[in-house]
Amino acid sequence: MRLVVDLNRCQGYAQCAFLAPDVFTMHGEEALIYTPRAGEAQREQVARAVAACPVQAVTVDWADVPVAAEEAGGHGR
Amino acid sequence: MAADGAAEVFRRRGHAVVVGASLAGLRAAETLREEGFTGTLTMIGDEPRDPYDRPPLSKQVLLGRVPADGTELPRRRALDARWRLGVAAAGLDLAGRRVRLADGEEVAFDRLLIATGARARPWFRESEAALDGVFVLRTADDAARLTRRLAAGPRRVLVVGAGFTGSEIASACRERGLEVTVAERGPAPLVGALGGVVGAVAARLQRDHGVDLRCGVTVTALEGDLAGRLRRAHLSDGAALDVDVAVIGLGAIRNTEWLTGSGLAAGPRGVACDAGCRAFDVHGIVTDDVFVAGDVARSPHPLFGYQFLSLEHWGNAVAQAEVAAHNMISSGLDRRPHLWLPAFWSAQFGVNVKSVGVPPLGDELVVTQGALAENRFVAAYGFQGRFIAAVAFDQGRWLDFYRGLIESAAPFPPAFTNLDRRTDGTRPVPADFPDPSLPTHGPTVTLSGYSPSERRLRFTPAPA
Amino acid sequence: MTQATLLQQILDYANRADPYPLYAELRRTPVTRQEGGVYAVSTYWEITGLLHDPRISSDARNRAPQAGAGPLPVVPQEETDLPPSFIGLDPPEHDRLRRLAMRPFGPPHTPRRVHDMRAELTRTVSGLIDAFQGRSEVDIVDDFAYPFPVTVICRLLGVPREDEARFHIWAEAVVAALDPDPVEGAPDRARAARRARSELGLYLAGLAEERRRAPGDDLLSAMTSGHGPEERLSPVEVVTTAVLLLIAGHETTVNLIANGVLTLLRHPEELKRLRDEPGLAVPLVEELLRYEPPVQLLPQRTAVADIDIAGTTIPRGAPIWLVVASGSRDPRRFADPDRFLPERPDNQHLGFGGGVHYCFGAPLARLEAQIALTELARRLGEPRLVEDPPPYRRNPVLRGPRHLRVAFDTLAR
Repeated sequence: MRLVVDLNRCQGYAQCAFLAPDVFTMHGEEALIYTPRAGEAQREQVARAVAACPVQAVTVDWADVPVAAEEAGGHGR
Repeated sequence: MAADGAAEVFRRRGHAVVVGASLAGLRAAETLREEGFTGTLTMIGDEPRDPYDRPPLSKQVLLGRVPADGTELPRRRALDARWRLGVAAAGLDLAGRRVRLADGEEVAFDRLLIATGARARPWFRESEAALDGVFVLRTADDAARLTRRLAAGPRRVLVVGAGFTGSEIASACRERGLEVTVAERGPAPLVGALGGVVGAVAARLQRDHGVDLRCGVTVTALEGDLAGRLRRAHLSDGAALDVDVAVIGLGAIRNTEWLTGSGLAAGPRGVACDAGCRAFDVHGIVTDDVFVAGDVARSPHPLFGYQFLSLEHWGNAVAQAEVAAHNMISSGLDRRPHLWLPAFWSAQFGVNVKSVGVPPLGDELVVTQGALAENRFVAAYGFQGRFIAAVAFDQGRWLDFYRGLIESAAPFPPAFTNLDRRTDGTRPVPADFPDPSLPTHGPTVTLSGYSPSERRLRFTPAPA
Repeated sequence: MTQATLLQQILDYANRADPYPLYAELRRTPVTRQEGGVYAVSTYWEITGLLHDPRISSDARNRAPQAGAGPLPVVPQEETDLPPSFIGLDPPEHDRLRRLAMRPFGPPHTPRRVHDMRAELTRTVSGLIDAFQGRSEVDIVDDFAYPFPVTVICRLLGVPREDEARFHIWAEAVVAALDPDPVEGAPDRARAARRARSELGLYLAGLAEERRRAPGDDLLSAMTSGHGPEERLSPVEVVTTAVLLLIAGHETTVNLIANGVLTLLRHPEELKRLRDEPGLAVPLVEELLRYEPPVQLLPQRTAVADIDIAGTTIPRGAPIWLVVASGSRDPRRFADPDRFLPERPDNQHLGFGGGVHYCFGAPLARLEAQIALTELARRLGEPRLVEDPPPYRRNPVLRGPRHLRVAFDTLAR
């Protein structure tokens, strides 16, 4: 899965770092470092982190379809 | 009515072309689909990669925690787009509504979004820039190369320019245990973006973390050995440093060259557009079918007297892309203005730096909360008696309050009592920005006057 | 009907089971001056604004002496009283104490602690449900929602579970002072609360001393050992922090879980979904925090400057109540706010407050509630409420059922 955190919204509440410590880490008291591409094994913890974010700053793409695959598949909408 | 009809026809079966497949381009494309665009969508990008996120490159990627090719952006929805990746746009035929690609192909469009962003400003002397060991950091490839070199354990890294990128690189190097020298022409790191008062805190942070910070100096030459490997750097104060890695952090250049001669108001500061993201032509007349978003855009902002703002901000790229896409498929009163209040963040030396508003516009500063000496504070910036910006070091939870003060043009200095006000905050001091006519290393907000066809500015990159 | 009587109605125990229509009335005027000079704030954007406003203090000592506390009693501080914990302090003291308390509990220093408690939480929950064997009816509060978080906070802090009977009485007395109902002799309650807090403090001071000599893997041990000369909690700070964590870990999660069970039994289709897809617990608990939050209002704030807000000026020194449970049901922020929608998008509720005082134990409370509700849903066959509404605790601030009788047919393993 792919994820991105809107760090303008992020206020360093660290809920993601508590609940998904394999993906989100606090660097100091307020700065967040995260892994933009997480594996299936982290799915549950990422879901917890996304739901818990007090400012709803985490966007996740569970599908993680790369451009090449998208074009090849040519899936319509 | 005719215009309304055109937007509706375009929405149903037009051809939208997005040039630039990074954050702004991707979010614009998603918004087009989200808002019901069912026509053909073509995405053109010069890098042969899925759209990816850049802020992690100077942080978790350099630290080795995330691979350089592991920052692809999540999709908010399926795009059903035709992708032309790995080929740059080389020209625009405005009358014929065609984009010419570097491989000679032409792509016709009904409506165009320009989101070509910016690229790293290279070291000014080409032969030295070509030395093995001289890097810039903007793309995933840049990050991959630099990370590999840092992992190999160079004896000393030289960072040229202490803007945000340079400072983050220095921070990552120290965290990796590498020796780092930072050379900054100004009196302190981040001085162009945050001023001298806050810059002094950034300088102390660097030194406390073991950075060999040298301010008020420029790098005059990079010297290689016979094999073409970087060996030494020469500074304007006569010092010579043995270094095997140099990272050039001298800001960015807008990718507008491909628009030269197109008739659009495109120049070194970007492509001018109106508050609705429609591009201006060289006569200052707004175009109907060409839109601009992201780092490459210059747009007027009502909070700052409708001066054109050029922003290199992640949040601006997202917000402007959404407005541009909305306006591409809307007409008349349904169109929205791009009114985003500038905001950005940086993480360095374990401190979270956040900013709202336009600090470089500030003439005075007051530390309203916390203390500079503790590296935990909010500094408020005033301009002509009103709030214009606020910068927080590890105090981000208060910034929304200051956002409100800026948006309402609240009087400055603040007359109210508040929590955690210390002696630093009893009276305003000069914010201490350097002469704005001197280019600094990537100030991330630039006010560039009132003229859409701004061509006077000649930016000659000087050595750092 | 005047606003004054509206607030009285909200505090009135008769309305404890359903205060939400009263909140809807309160929201007609986002900020209102109530009897006793309290300014009640009931709408989402005004509450979030004030949670991030540095002109709002959490330190009762900033309250104007003549302002009083509205319905809350004012009892002069006595020398023997414990000083406030960080919940009742402002930056920079608040930030320092909270940072030090966070060291052994969460990121950046102890990032995995809560995550790694999951197995233990599940075991505790399983044990409590196993004890339902042979019964066809349980009190979800006394048999489950209370003992579960108490067991957890005791282990986490390093407090012997056997002492629960002692500190439970003190904790109840402390939170009773948050009950602003004036007919019940509030000043006496406030004095009793002070005494109880001091006694609880003495008890924890004794434990802290034991942990200092023989440290374990608990927060009390970590807080007494400290980290370097500057960054260290004083002995009194260890005690005030431990008092806070013990009470908070003990009087709030019980409501979250009990409110959750009640809500699920009132929405059987959601209960069934939770049984089929346990992952639903994650967003469901967030919606619960919006829809039936365990903390209804924050009555301890004070303006330190005149604040213009929503057409009103809150004067310096005035007490402010942030009615977060009302803000989380504000239709200007949440579509269809009175519906319980476990997968509600963009659910930026106020259940844990916001700003620098955001709930310290939030991640733990989330996991506790997720695990508790998932396991109950999975194991109780045909569960149903014996009485609806159930009897509530008196307290309008920390609101939840006092008993929650649930009948069931079978108990899965």
